[in-house]
Amino acid sequence: MEVLVCARRVPDTSENEIQLNSAGNDIERDELVYSINEADNYAVEEALQIVARVGGSVTVATVGGEDDEEILRREMAMGANHGVLITDDAFSGSDGKGIATILKGLVQKGKYDLILTGIQAEDGGAQVGGMLAALLDYPFASLVNSIEVLDGKLKVSREIEGGNKEISEIDLPCVLSIQTGINEPRYVGMKGIRQVASLPIPTYGASDLGVDASAVGETGAKVKRLDYFVPALGKGAEILHGSREENVDKVLELLTAKGGLK
Amino acid sequence: MDIQSASQMTSWLVAGRTLFLTIHLLGVLFFAYLVAMRMVPLLRGQRDFRFDQPLARLGRVLKYWLGQWKHPRYRTAGTLHIFIFAGFITLAIRAFTVLIVGVSYNFVMPGLSGRAGSIYDTITDYAATVVFLCMVIAIIRRLVFKPPRYAVPAKFGKAHTADAIFLLSLIGILMVADSLFAAAKAAAERGQSVEALAAFSLPWILQKALASASLPALGKFYFAGYLLHEITFYFLLCYRPFGIQFHVETSLFNVYFAKLDREILKPVRYGISDEHLDEVKSFGVKTFEDFTWKHMLDFYSCADCGRCSDNCPANSVGRPLSPRFLTIKARDYSFQHYPVVGHADNGTPLIGSKDSGGIYSEDEIWSCTTCGACEAECPLLIEYIDKIVDLRRGMVDDGNVPQSLQKPLKALESRGNPYGKMEKKKADWANTKEFQQTCAVKTIGKNIGADTLYFVDSITSYDDRMQSIGRATAKILDHVGANFGILGAAERDSGHEVRRFGEETLFMALRDHNVDAIKASGVKRIVTSDPHAYNALKHDYKDVPPVEHISQVIAREVKAGKIKFNPIANNKENEKSVYVYHDPCYLGRHNQIYDDPRDVLDAIPGLKRVEMTRSRDRSFCCGGGGLMLFYEPKEEQRMGVKRVQMAAEAGANVMVTACPFCMVNIEDAIKVAGLEGKMTAIDLAELVEQQIVRGPDFGLKKEEQEDKECVVASSTTP
Repeated sequence: MEVLVCARRVPDTSENEIQLNSAGNDIERDELVYSINEADNYAVEEALQIVARVGGSVTVATVGGEDDEEILRREMAMGANHGVLITDDAFSGSDGKGIATILKGLVQKGKYDLILTGIQAEDGGAQVGGMLAALLDYPFASLVNSIEVLDGKLKVSREIEGGNKEISEIDLPCVLSIQTGINEPRYVGMKGIRQVASLPIPTYGASDLGVDASAVGETGAKVKRLDYFVPALGKGAEILHGSREENVDKVLELLTAKGGLK
Repeated sequence: MDIQSASQMTSWLVAGRTLFLTIHLLGVLFFAYLVAMRMVPLLRGQRDFRFDQPLARLGRVLKYWLGQWKHPRYRTAGTLHIFIFAGFITLAIRAFTVLIVGVSYNFVMPGLSGRAGSIYDTITDYAATVVFLCMVIAIIRRLVFKPPRYAVPAKFGKAHTADAIFLLSLIGILMVADSLFAAAKAAAERGQSVEALAAFSLPWILQKALASASLPALGKFYFAGYLLHEITFYFLLCYRPFGIQFHVETSLFNVYFAKLDREILKPVRYGISDEHLDEVKSFGVKTFEDFTWKHMLDFYSCADCGRCSDNCPANSVGRPLSPRFLTIKARDYSFQHYPVVGHADNGTPLIGSKDSGGIYSEDEIWSCTTCGACEAECPLLIEYIDKIVDLRRGMVDDGNVPQSLQKPLKALESRGNPYGKMEKKKADWANTKEFQQTCAVKTIGKNIGADTLYFVDSITSYDDRMQSIGRATAKILDHVGANFGILGAAERDSGHEVRRFGEETLFMALRDHNVDAIKASGVKRIVTSDPHAYNALKHDYKDVPPVEHISQVIAREVKAGKIKFNPIANNKENEKSVYVYHDPCYLGRHNQIYDDPRDVLDAIPGLKRVEMTRSRDRSFCCGGGGLMLFYEPKEEQRMGVKRVQMAAEAGANVMVTACPFCMVNIEDAIKVAGLEGKMTAIDLAELVEQQIVRGPDFGLKKEEQEDKECVVASSTTP
């Protein structure tokens, strides 16, 4: 099975202190460290596990700039066979539909049976997977937390609010957005990254993918960010300062009062 | 008794000569074959350079093998073993003589005729008796007293008691057989001018019992005794390569080839420098053949005495790791996959489910805190930490790392600390206005130099509670007039645990960064308050200035009179305090710094100090440091809780330690154990800083202080 995973490089929330920039329209990007969007990493791991079971190859693609190549290398160290960097000045400022349009170009250029995205980017809006499927006229399933390969189709399970699971069958080719927790992604060490450091990563621009530059990027974007702000802190948690026994009594009392205990 | 009867006895020996010669040949050949088969995996194992420094190695043999140095640590078993070992060594020449006598009746070992021979015979009579008695006692211990460390947990298989008793009985039978034919011979030769048997020895008792037997009967006893000895001897010889009894042969080699520089971690591959590591396709141990030949020899040499696991903190709190079974399982694996008859079936991954042929679980290998208690105890000098680290290197190489460890490892890669904190905040602990007023700590930079580097490391830099250790350390350095500074944002994690968790490449990146930063700083010495950083800088790093732990600095300055202490009772709260010192593994066991911290504590007037039963090289790990804080082990209890309870049992209510990770674990454990208000923990540096006498007579001279202030002033402008 030929699997394409669309991935994105995002500021790592666990290793940064996210602050607003002075203009107040974006976060301060100096001194940020980036990593692959967590859900995308799960998608790559899932792709690798599928290919290990049924054969095929895994391609990881990202839309971005030169700096974004690092996540492709990391996923290639993880085991992905190919990395593709999609970069063009015309792409900057794309909205969700713009990114989906660009990715559509890549999908149509290759022959992929299955396209995976993460459930959402940590700084995104969970738009691209669904839009890409619609643009390609492929079936789509979101929040996927298990995949079983059948003949010409997949059996997928989706997480339903409240922890329930829904099992569906979906025809190939299709697009799935992957929920974190679907697997346990393998560790990628520095040794692995060094070993793929010299592998070539092809770069595609708008003309390579047959993408109409006016339909993407800032000019094509129909959703524009107006503001970015950190909400004011609400009232903090109540801290109990009594002895252990007093605290236990107080917690029980509060839980009962709020209906947490019957 | 006359000559005729003696020749009668030889007549059946001549008949027996063919029989015994055949048994000898078969026995020796079969044993040689077994040893050759056991060598096969060793030849397929990885390289391991253990042929250097023959004198140092011989010294080890004299101390640990011939001298049985570690045995008395377990009084009863150790004493029994020393007697048995001494007995075996004594009986070795006799055993040879006896074997040859089966073929040539009148054979006498050269040098052992006449007086020397009769003295040797007397000694061996008693040696056989002692060994026999030891076997009886050992069997009784196994059957009646059942020391708990011999028990086999269900997950590791069946009890080894039957095997042990079978083996002990065989040795007992060997001693009886030896004594029986000596007794029969002596009884037959009574009245002749032959040496008497040693009084009250086993042969002597048997001789008395046979006193009234007829000459033909004695002949039969002699033959039976000899045959029994012959069969038992060769059975034992050829049975030994199948189990723990193999240590009789391998122990000498295992001790000779034991690692001399234990404090230095095994490289990924012996003989391959860091620069060429990229050429190594696979890191660590994944299959049995990835172990070095010496590590395989370790497996053969284990005597199943259980001392390692008896001291292992992971085993003690119910984690899935038992060093004893780490070895026993590998040995069984090698016996199964390298059978005595048939083809070797090698290459199965060691880690994984039993169905897939795996012998270790992932949790088992991650459970080790590398505290070194097992290695400190093993009488045969078996190595454990290197094997654990090698197995982890294999798992890391395959991407097989627990999710809980992946985040901190990633943060170490991108931020240089496991918490993912910003580099520029590394010196925040020292840069609060309040602290800068009492003790100005400079960050070494382009125009700011220092003689001494205080290497703070991640936890002391970033953890709110541990920053207090950093500030106390800085104040002490300041007090003794050290011209010191820190690296600040340029300092990365020492990588100590990164390396011990098997991420060698990441460790090398952290180390190289730090080495460059240290060299660029131009310092002449390094001081740290973190034993893990101390161990890394001292043993894992190369070409850095000499490094000291702060406890060593304090001890020296106390001796020099630069540090003087106020009496402990100055602080009213301390009046009823009883202190106990907990040895951090990487200060104590791994670096033998046991006395400096204790000397410092004893220099504080009025400080009442007790010792825990498990102290010094038997210290019980608090739960581990570095990445171990992120690992979520399956365990019944926390190590720290056990440790805190040990301190309470010793009668202490203040635990002093000298390691920030010990502090994390002990303070948590005090809460978990419900000992809040009854037990507190304090770092040695914090206690010293609290008790130090300040004043014009102590600490810095005025001019030095002025110099320092100038430097500080310049350091505030970036």
